[in-house]
Amino acid sequence: MESIESLIIAKYNYWAVIVLLMVGLYAMITKKNLVKKIIGMNIFQTAIILFYVSIGAKKGATIPIIMHGPDHSSHAVQAMDYINPLPHVLMLTAIVVSVATLGVALALALNIYSQYGTLEEDEISEKIMKSEPG
Amino acid sequence: MKLLATIVIFVWGGILFFTSFDFPYWGDGKSPASQHVSPYYIEHAMEDTSVPNIVTAVLADYRGYDTLFETAVIFSAGLACFFLLRVSDRKAPVFRLYRHQSTGVTLRIEKGGRLPENTGEFERIDSVWVPYDLIIVMTCRLVVPFIQLFALYVIVHGHHSPGGGFQGGVIFGAAIILFAISNNLRRSLKRMSERTSALLGSLGVTIYGGTGMLCILLGAGFLNYNALASLPGVDPLTARSLGILIVEIGVGIAVTAVMVWIYYNLSSAGKQDEGL
Amino acid sequence: MIWQLDIIVLSMVMICAIAAISIRDLLGAGILFGAYSFLMCLLWSIMGAVDVAFTEASVGAGVSTVFFVAAVFRTTRRTRD
Repeated sequence: MESIESLIIAKYNYWAVIVLLMVGLYAMITKKNLVKKIIGMNIFQTAIILFYVSIGAKKGATIPIIMHGPDHSSHAVQAMDYINPLPHVLMLTAIVVSVATLGVALALALNIYSQYGTLEEDEISEKIMKSEPG
Repeated sequence: MKLLATIVIFVWGGILFFTSFDFPYWGDGKSPASQHVSPYYIEHAMEDTSVPNIVTAVLADYRGYDTLFETAVIFSAGLACFFLLRVSDRKAPVFRLYRHQSTGVTLRIEKGGRLPENTGEFERIDSVWVPYDLIIVMTCRLVVPFIQLFALYVIVHGHHSPGGGFQGGVIFGAAIILFAISNNLRRSLKRMSERTSALLGSLGVTIYGGTGMLCILLGAGFLNYNALASLPGVDPLTARSLGILIVEIGVGIAVTAVMVWIYYNLSSAGKQDEGL
Repeated sequence: MIWQLDIIVLSMVMICAIAAISIRDLLGAGILFGAYSFLMCLLWSIMGAVDVAFTEASVGAGVSTVFFVAAVFRTTRRTRD
């Protein structure tokens, strides 16, 4: 068991990811406003992206662009010198998907507002119950 | 519900906290995530594709199939926003507000009335109207071309620097959104109509899929850019780099069009007559 | 990979996220969400993920905040919780 400080430095990323996941989940379950739920969903998504990127980090390594001379000649490439690029690629797709989902979710919220006049979940439930026959 | 949510969060958070002690240390070079496939990508990206930016090479060449469907996802999101929100102009109740420029009198004209178009004195205003602000309009008019130029640079220079098709496409779309916010939504619709943005969105996905089909027609597999070396004028060493450039341009066009399209539908709630 | 900067920015990210869901004004929540996106972008560029940081800066802090403000403009700004 190393010292407490090196443990905190090594694991603080993951604890922050866990806190953000819980914050996002709490917002999605508890909040009654639809826009707050959408914000919670986005916080959840970016926390997952943070998790993947922090798995791929390497101490003492440089960014994943290969250092080359002016005529595209490069020395032998060592895999230890460069940060792992594979999580970055997967997370680019994840960011694209998150903005697409955000657009569709906000369009749905606008439609609900134009039909029921409110964005609070309990008021919408009441209006649906009242308009249903029986 | 709040009590149940709090219990669920603390239980699940506690379980995750205990499993976090088994994770590899942050910044460890020998973690299992960096062992199996990614050393191959790092060591062979430059000699296979002659693209120094490993992320662009993996995104558009080694994992090009994923990126094709990611572009399809973003186009279908724009399409979904269109189907959810758009009301046609005939069904929406139409009233227009016109303001007389010299006296400041505002007219509200309901459907069927005569509109004071083509007279120099009346201008059409939004429901939430602020006076014409010269500084904002002139500054945005000066800045928008430079933002677009930077966006084109980001798309094309994605081989050597951080960037690529998606980032450049979003910046280009943001430049058009800036124009739509600083001026009217109607002026922006005159320059880039909704029909143009829908067609450009599908054109971007077509360019990407079309490159794949071109590779099949030239003899290799789908999205195997080595087949492009048999085209006249293409150096066999950089054939894959050329293929990556073409698909990045396709992605950039699609993303630009979809960002603008979603903005048009969201900010006017489908009616497309007045925006933010 | 400066770990001190990493820990400070992570703490600010957590505070920003909790504030974004507790504020009672929806426009303020959208702006705080934009600030959260910017801090995430800074975090990823500390960890060396420059492509991801570029994308998040343009998408999260640019276009996504505009979408939120446009949606709040078309619906209501007040909320009860």
